[in-house]
Amino acid sequence: MLKDSDRIFTNLYGQHDWRLAGAKKRGIWDNTKALLDIGQDELIGMVKESGLRGRGGAGFPTGLKWSFMPKKSDGRPNYLIVNADESEPGTCKDREILRFDPHRLLEGCLIAGFAMRAIACYIYIRGEFVNEAHHLQAAIDEAYEAGLIGKNACGSGYDFDIYLHRGAGAYICGEETALIESLEGNKGQPRLKPPFPANVGVWGCPSTVNNVESIAVVPEILRRGPSWFAGIGRPNNVGTKIFCISGHVNRPCNVEEEMGIPLKELIEKHAGGVRGGWDNLLAVIPGGSSVPCLPKSICDNVLMDFDSLKEVKSGLGTAAVIVMDKSTDIIQAIARLAHFYKHESCGQCTPCREGTGWMWRVLERMAKGQAEKSEIDLLLDVSYQVEGHTICALGDAAAWPVQGLIRHFRHVIEARIDDAKSAAAA
Amino acid sequence: MSATTEAAAPFAFTAENLALAKKHIAKYPEGRQASAVLPLLDLAQRQNDNYLSQEAIRHVASMLDMPFIRVWEVATFYTMFNLVPVGKHFLQLCRTTPCWLRGSDALEKVIRDKLGIRSGETTADGQFSLLEVECLGGCVNAPVVQINDDYYEDLTPESFEAVLDALARGEKPPHGPQVKRLNSAPEGDRTTLLEEAGEG
Amino acid sequence: MPKLTVDGVEVEVEAGSTVLQACEAAGREIPRFCYHERLSIAGNCRMCLVEMEKSPKPIASCAMPAGDGMVIHTNTPTVKKAREGVMEFLLINHPLDCPICDQGGECDLQDQALAYGRGRSRYDENKRAVREKNMGPLIKTIMTRCIHCTRCIRFATEIAGVQEIGAINRGENMEITTYLEQAVTSELSGNVVDLCPVGALTSKPYAFAARPWELRKTESIDVQDAVGSNIRVDARGREVMRVLPRLNEAINEEWINDKTRHAVDGLQRQRLDQPYVRRDGKLQPASWSDAFAAIAARLKGLDGTRIAAIAGDLACAESQLALKDLMDGLGSPNIDCRQDGAKIDASCRAGYVFNSTIAGIEAADAILIVGSNPRWEAALVNARIRKRWLAGEVAIGVIGEARDLTFDYEHLGTDAATLGKIADGSHAFAKRLKDAERPMLILGQGAISGDNGAAVLAAARAIAEATGMVGEEWNGFNMLHNAAGRVAGLDLGLVPGEGGRDVQGILAGAAAGEIDAVYLLGADEIDMQKLGSAFVIYQGTHGDAGAHRADVILPGAAYTEKNATWVNTEGRPQLGRRAVFPPGEAREDWTIIRALSDQLQAGLAYRDLREVRIRMAEIAPTFAATDMVAENPWGEFGTAGELGDAALVSPIEDFYLTNPIARASRIMAECSALNLANEKATGTHG
Repeated sequence: MLKDSDRIFTNLYGQHDWRLAGAKKRGIWDNTKALLDIGQDELIGMVKESGLRGRGGAGFPTGLKWSFMPKKSDGRPNYLIVNADESEPGTCKDREILRFDPHRLLEGCLIAGFAMRAIACYIYIRGEFVNEAHHLQAAIDEAYEAGLIGKNACGSGYDFDIYLHRGAGAYICGEETALIESLEGNKGQPRLKPPFPANVGVWGCPSTVNNVESIAVVPEILRRGPSWFAGIGRPNNVGTKIFCISGHVNRPCNVEEEMGIPLKELIEKHAGGVRGGWDNLLAVIPGGSSVPCLPKSICDNVLMDFDSLKEVKSGLGTAAVIVMDKSTDIIQAIARLAHFYKHESCGQCTPCREGTGWMWRVLERMAKGQAEKSEIDLLLDVSYQVEGHTICALGDAAAWPVQGLIRHFRHVIEARIDDAKSAAAA
Repeated sequence: MSATTEAAAPFAFTAENLALAKKHIAKYPEGRQASAVLPLLDLAQRQNDNYLSQEAIRHVASMLDMPFIRVWEVATFYTMFNLVPVGKHFLQLCRTTPCWLRGSDALEKVIRDKLGIRSGETTADGQFSLLEVECLGGCVNAPVVQINDDYYEDLTPESFEAVLDALARGEKPPHGPQVKRLNSAPEGDRTTLLEEAGEG
Repeated sequence: MPKLTVDGVEVEVEAGSTVLQACEAAGREIPRFCYHERLSIAGNCRMCLVEMEKSPKPIASCAMPAGDGMVIHTNTPTVKKAREGVMEFLLINHPLDCPICDQGGECDLQDQALAYGRGRSRYDENKRAVREKNMGPLIKTIMTRCIHCTRCIRFATEIAGVQEIGAINRGENMEITTYLEQAVTSELSGNVVDLCPVGALTSKPYAFAARPWELRKTESIDVQDAVGSNIRVDARGREVMRVLPRLNEAINEEWINDKTRHAVDGLQRQRLDQPYVRRDGKLQPASWSDAFAAIAARLKGLDGTRIAAIAGDLACAESQLALKDLMDGLGSPNIDCRQDGAKIDASCRAGYVFNSTIAGIEAADAILIVGSNPRWEAALVNARIRKRWLAGEVAIGVIGEARDLTFDYEHLGTDAATLGKIADGSHAFAKRLKDAERPMLILGQGAISGDNGAAVLAAARAIAEATGMVGEEWNGFNMLHNAAGRVAGLDLGLVPGEGGRDVQGILAGAAAGEIDAVYLLGADEIDMQKLGSAFVIYQGTHGDAGAHRADVILPGAAYTEKNATWVNTEGRPQLGRRAVFPPGEAREDWTIIRALSDQLQAGLAYRDLREVRIRMAEIAPTFAATDMVAENPWGEFGTAGELGDAALVSPIEDFYLTNPIARASRIMAECSALNLANEKATGTHG
């Protein structure tokens, strides 16, 4: 288990003052100028060296992403965009950073923005997080007031603005190009790639979109050194991570742990165990709603990191662990997610617009047993017709939970259909 | 350039909100004022009792020099814009799986039994409206109901009923977890962040 | 130039091409719905997915830039499966109402379902139903059929320049609509019907009128303005059912304006289908010989100087030639093809055509528009200017009314005096023109129709010369006509001869009793009151202003009813072709004049159309080169003089009602009424 001294988010639960004075006591904004003095390319090198992978779901190496930004301007400014549109079901980690550790994020924004030669940062926060936005705005105001950001930020000679931008209710805006569209005042419909944001991002300018947690951990990585971060967890899956444990556990919670912690340990140590004991476990969705669920047999041993979960045909995603005990109607649980994706599909491209609704409708019938067994394979096929055929990853995200359900719980669906048929016959 | 002038619009920002609107617009580069469309629609909706009227949409469109259809697209795309009037207490009940696993159905029943409304409906006295929504991002504090700007978390039918009663009495019950718990820390004793000498 | 391999075939394509274009270059057909080469790339239908080596997922070929060394497969099981999947998704919520759908027989979805679909649906749920949207009198919506390709949105936004169509809501609830379901306020709106790959947007006037396979298709030329848009006239029996655009990159690309498309119901209404002679103050039906006899009787013994002729805006070259020859035969120098009184100098062709060509607009880097509302006078010239503007780096200035032209411009002034300042270099825009590599001036008829017209023309020429518009490679002087017959009339010399009268002179002469007989060849736009007691022969198609004033009516053929030549504003002769026969006893126009000439002992020499055209080419060699634009030597034209401060105003007050056909059209009347109401409501023009 991670030592408290290795934890970055020391105000995760809001037990301390989130304002500037409190943040400073936790070491935030402590001689930030010295960090900037390291130099832009060196900073990117250090983030690469730390092995940090994006905390928003896709796990792309953060330092590498930063290195895509142009080092010389062709006249267009560079922008940093922080993705605080936290909406992946099961996930509520960025919310804690936004409301209880906003200065940690802001310091990260300054450093990341400086490293990528950005003139400004826009933090796109989901619209429903009204109170969180108030905290963050207050922190921004404090940081300006204290000269930490704005003109000559932290006395570094570097000018850097941070703006808060509130969304208005759209999961899809967590997709980076949809977020950019939304930031430009459009509907949040993902863009075609190429061009990639580092080339053509917001307002046609080079932009990088990073998750809140990815940015917020950067100052601490730099202060303690990349090797400290890289030394936690397993190779290629390093560092600390905030896990969100929800669903049928005794004590749902967020907790910062080391990458690669066994799922069972995570649940039992921090979340008080599965309701009714480990043996009462039915399944876990280990990385937010978009990743396929895992049956108990896999949960017994699997480690919580990118590669381990990929090996079992799921994913770490946002590290949001949704626990379902044996009382769960797993078909309905997945149907509920299918409804989510149908509701959140932007409608732009055909497979997702039409396929998400189709999958949801079939699942709703299956949950009642009102289906034919042949429709299970039909449903699977429809999910394959959506997967990989859309502009953005929402299509994949909608397909995977369905595939996970059929992969591990086909027998449940079949039994439900059988039951319904015999009930009808009786 | 077409269709820019309108007959006297019944919606206009108050002086205070106009100043706020200008502050929002100033966040974005010159000529990129369309970026302020979400904040301005939100501001208009807040000024207008949580209801975004056509007049308000038109007002924002002209202010940002945007074609009406583009703003109408935006207003209909994002779920937080209420294109029909809602009650004084706007209940947004999360029904996505993490909340559903922890009893959101029971909360829906509370609303149905107590207020007699379903999703999309408003009580006759205009006090409460219900909208079933997708994941609010408070999953470790499920089930969650957002009431206007505030998240009410870790609800049970009993505690939810108490919240509704308080609201009906004109009180504003404290939001956040409705069980004894510090935000997203586990209920009872914390398992982490125990050795925090010298801090805040 | 990237080289790619498509299904084993190596192809080299232009830099900037897409993978889809590369596949086509390799001879592979790629199905698509949303992709349209003239619109921005949306990439949303996903029908064009192909496999690219080293890419884990199939790629949308329409959106992927072709890159050197790419290896593309279009015929693998993955691609087939992807297409079947997309096809199935498109069809699950698409109604199976092809038998009652106007798109039937020319539907992309139908065709591609046949070629790429699975053949049967596996969808067992309820289908979506979407409420119809009002999009005005031209566009019928059956939105349940919509496949959300967004072509209509992109056309309106990008080509037409009206941001009025959008997609509201999201996910499977996404719907195409206009804001508050108002009609689209664009003169190009009908093109969205052509662009819609399914039957969601269809032509309202044409609803349930015909099936494509019943129609006889004739390639022809539009005469509703002087652009000369290439059209296809679809007819059934004796009736023109619809007009569609024909591709011509040089002129209209693949668009037409709404009047071109939808004025054709006017061809069935208020038609003159037999000769009339006024007896006892009333127009009475008559035979051709009676009509000719009445004319002969009235003209008998009249000196040529007491006879006059005016050619109207829609007149074809052939009939104008015959009219000119007839007047010559009668000894009359009083002839004019400029109903509006435009002070055009017919002696220098470069002074009265659009020298840069319409396509040449795309090369211009500074444009001065004088006394013209191109949006209404020549909608597709306007669309071309907008296209140029969208490409960026162009200075556009307007002298005249400040209308919404769908592009930004600098409003330099409203009167000719401003033009004078540019001509003498004292106005800042003169420098913009001078500094430009390909400066352009567009002179509308409204600028030269006033008393100062000749002076305005001279000033425009001065600007062209002073700012380097006229050179070997480039001639930026452009006259913009709005009458389809005008340039041919000028080419054939339908301007006053030695001592002859122009339109104003003819009217003044008629009012003063100095002109006894006036021949109106489809001329309906003059002030008929001024004709005084003159004997009026009206040859034309509709019971419009001229026919009401006439003493003898000779029923002619509309543009869809004859093989005839029109010369567009660029000076490009094009052939219109007969799609249907003229109604009743109406005849092709040159033959009427030819027959009349015999009665008047002024017999014309030609006996058939071939001979007419030979004679046309003798007078103006440009007629020999159909579809071509000749180079016109620069020369002197216009008369320097007082410019004055009268406002320069476009001659078109109502786009929808500019000629007898359009005025007879119910559809145009509806559009006109709606447009007027919109202008009232918004206080804006155009």
